[in-house]
Amino acid sequence: MTDLIWLLIALPALGAAVLVFFGRRIGEPAAGWLATATVAGSFAVAVAAGAGFVTGDLHPTTIDLFSWIPTLGVDATLLWDPLAVTMTFVVTGVGALIHLYAIGYMHGDPRFGRFFAYLNLFIASMLTLVLAGNFAVMFVGWELVGLSSYLLISFWFEKPSAAAAGKKAFIVNRIGDWGFLVALMIVFAAFGTLDFGTVFESAPEVLSVGTATAITLLLLVGATGKSAQLPLYVWLPDAMEGPTPVSALIHAATMVTAGVYMIARTGALFELAPVSQAVVATVGVLTALFAATIAISQRDIKRVLAYSTISQIGYMIFGVGMAAYTAGMFHLVTHAFFKALLFLGAGSVIHALGGEQDMRKMGGLRKVMPVTFWTMVIAWLAISGVFPLAGFWSKDEILGAAFAKGGLYTGLWAIGLFTAFLTAFYMTRWLAMTFLGQPRWSDDAHPHESPWVMTGPLVVLALASTFAGALNTPWRLAFEHFLEPSFELVTQSLPPENIGVVVALAGLSLILVLFGIAVAWRRYTTAELPAEAGRFWYVTLHGYWIDEVYGRVFVLPGKALSAWFARVLDGTVIDGFVNGLGRTVRGFGAAMSTLQSGWVRSYAAVFGVGVLVLLVWTLVRGGVI
Amino acid sequence: MTLTAGWFMGLAAVLFALGGAGVLLRRNALVMFMSIELMLNAVNLTFVAASKALGQIEGQVATLFVIVVAAAEVTVGLAIIVAIFHNRASADVDEFAELKG
Amino acid sequence: MAEVVVFVVFAFAALAGAFVMLLARNPVYSAIGLLTTMFSIAVFYVLLDAHFVAAIQVIIYTGAVMTLFMFVIMMIGVDRDEDTSERIPYQRPIGIVLAVGFAAVIVAAGSGAWVTGSASFATPDLNGTIEAVADELFGTWTIPFLGTVFLLTIAALGTIALARYGPTGPRPIDDGEGRT
Repeated sequence: MTDLIWLLIALPALGAAVLVFFGRRIGEPAAGWLATATVAGSFAVAVAAGAGFVTGDLHPTTIDLFSWIPTLGVDATLLWDPLAVTMTFVVTGVGALIHLYAIGYMHGDPRFGRFFAYLNLFIASMLTLVLAGNFAVMFVGWELVGLSSYLLISFWFEKPSAAAAGKKAFIVNRIGDWGFLVALMIVFAAFGTLDFGTVFESAPEVLSVGTATAITLLLLVGATGKSAQLPLYVWLPDAMEGPTPVSALIHAATMVTAGVYMIARTGALFELAPVSQAVVATVGVLTALFAATIAISQRDIKRVLAYSTISQIGYMIFGVGMAAYTAGMFHLVTHAFFKALLFLGAGSVIHALGGEQDMRKMGGLRKVMPVTFWTMVIAWLAISGVFPLAGFWSKDEILGAAFAKGGLYTGLWAIGLFTAFLTAFYMTRWLAMTFLGQPRWSDDAHPHESPWVMTGPLVVLALASTFAGALNTPWRLAFEHFLEPSFELVTQSLPPENIGVVVALAGLSLILVLFGIAVAWRRYTTAELPAEAGRFWYVTLHGYWIDEVYGRVFVLPGKALSAWFARVLDGTVIDGFVNGLGRTVRGFGAAMSTLQSGWVRSYAAVFGVGVLVLLVWTLVRGGVI
Repeated sequence: MTLTAGWFMGLAAVLFALGGAGVLLRRNALVMFMSIELMLNAVNLTFVAASKALGQIEGQVATLFVIVVAAAEVTVGLAIIVAIFHNRASADVDEFAELKG
Repeated sequence: MAEVVVFVVFAFAALAGAFVMLLARNPVYSAIGLLTTMFSIAVFYVLLDAHFVAAIQVIIYTGAVMTLFMFVIMMIGVDRDEDTSERIPYQRPIGIVLAVGFAAVIVAAGSGAWVTGSASFATPDLNGTIEAVADELFGTWTIPFLGTVFLLTIAALGTIALARYGPTGPRPIDDGEGRT
């Protein structure tokens, strides 16, 4: 079965190719169904090929596809191990549901087929990334993900803001890609190969602590770009400009998890660089806190979710940073379910209200959209971390591992715990402003429940969000055992052994979460929305003006530099050279063309002069005269 | 005083120069053609004189070849002049300056 | 001595013919000047014992070629006097300087050798009879000689084509009675 792994990538890639060329002809909704079918097909292949890991019959396998760069010894190899299987399940499973949902959401869009081509390309890119068997193939996937995200975020490119958001995502990602690429070069210089297996196994002998730290810190730069961590998170809130299924795909299943996955995959290198691990964990937890404080005051239904994504990814980075890889991956999986659910629910609301995204103009949608509302309640509880839903188990595993590690990580644990409180608060605010209280929508809006292609995925994801926690509970570590073959080379940080401590920690975080929910509930289920005035609200609503600061510090000087280059270097030097060359040739030609008089006797005279000169020269040289 | 090759060579040089002057100075295509014939004849004279001076018959053979080629050239050249004259009613080469740059 | 007298006489004739050709405003006079020069050169060939070449010179040049020239001149128009003004800048001084310069350089280069060097002809008994020339021509130079056959054939065909074909195809042949 593992021979067919290439099908995983080939199916969506084929779908993308077909839809790019024939999408318009295939039309709506067949194009959407075709795209959904390719991703569902990939999911089926993944299930068939990955089942062996659950039963324990299968061992991690490397599949050589073809020789790619023979001079460097780089082949196109895929690695099929439990970590890749996990990612593949998430990408294709959640991805297929989002495809299905998009058939309803994109109804009537003039570029319907093109949209699904891009979606399929995105899935193919992400699968290339997670299935890669060496750094080179991973880099290809890494870049393709950046490209497809650009295409999708700026899908409605008629809107200047969407085009700008796409550009922003692409450029910020380039900064991260730079880090990843440099890390890749150092790896090749140190090991002479890019193959995962060889690199990880020989890393302890080959790498010094300094080199390992350099590589891993550069990898972290790459991860902060793709996974929207401090300081490169700025592209993600703007990525809301894309259609909502795109937001769901980018935030839940695919793009932002790439950084987490990459750190987990290269865990053997991070193992050698404790400093890097501390830096990664700190970046993660600070991002979680930072983004949560911004999420509190956002008024756009999708921006709240965007900042919540940054915050939750922060948790995952925190987890994989301190070597709690199972916990980080576990949170990645559960988050994929409930965050996809949240975005699709938000999309359903926006769809119902005819494009309205301001939560101050919502409220009271509970009765109008019952399916959306109840699935959102599940998502809300899951992301807040309420027992016994998925988020509770995964988040508390990360926090527990941090607590058990002690030292610096105890401080980070406290911050993470406080962030859990904030999360509960802003998610309750989000739910209350959207679905509870009095209707505040304008009179000409006629909200309605969405069609089944949209609610169906919501229900499936709600079920998954409810029960995914059972994958890995302190009493039944199924997921941890499942992933074991992938993390044989590393020492994992685990939650405390003592089950009593685990329960006590979980109880503490649950109390904080319930407290956060209670505070928000009192505040936002009133008839009138509370005035969110005051310095704190003002500052966080604008996201600490980080965008403005970046604009002043990086964008303006960059533009000035470009303008200078365009004016001086391009305008004067290069244009001057090219124009000067043309002018010289033309002047020379003009001068020469006067010799071309058309008079044959004039030519004969020139010819005669030449003959005479040669004759004299020959005779003088021969000594005759 | 006996004849030497030098007499003929000197005369041939002057005839050749006169032919060249004809090509450069006359505008009538026919006269230019005649000048070219004169130049060819001057060269032939040097061939034959050299043949005599060196005692080798090849010089005369070369002259024969030059005469043959000149005859062929004259037929074609005159045909061209006639063709041009048909179209332009002129044999003035200075009027055929369409290839001016 | 008699040879020298003959040479001097015909050298003057040749130069005079050349000057007439160069300076005459009417092409008919030019042609007659050239005829004189060519005939003089035939005489020089006889002086140089190249009898066969001399005969060919008379037959082909003074006979065929010059007749052809006269024919074309008559066809184009005898009474056209050439405009002697010069329109090309510096053409006339350049032409004169070049001609004089060329002759001067050649004579200067040759004068040393001609005056001091090989005074007389090396083998006065060399005789350019038909037999001697034919031996050489059909012995050593057979292939080039046959090449001239092609050359003349092609020249003849080219001439016919030039006369017969205009820009729009073959010209009609007038049979003299207004029909074509």
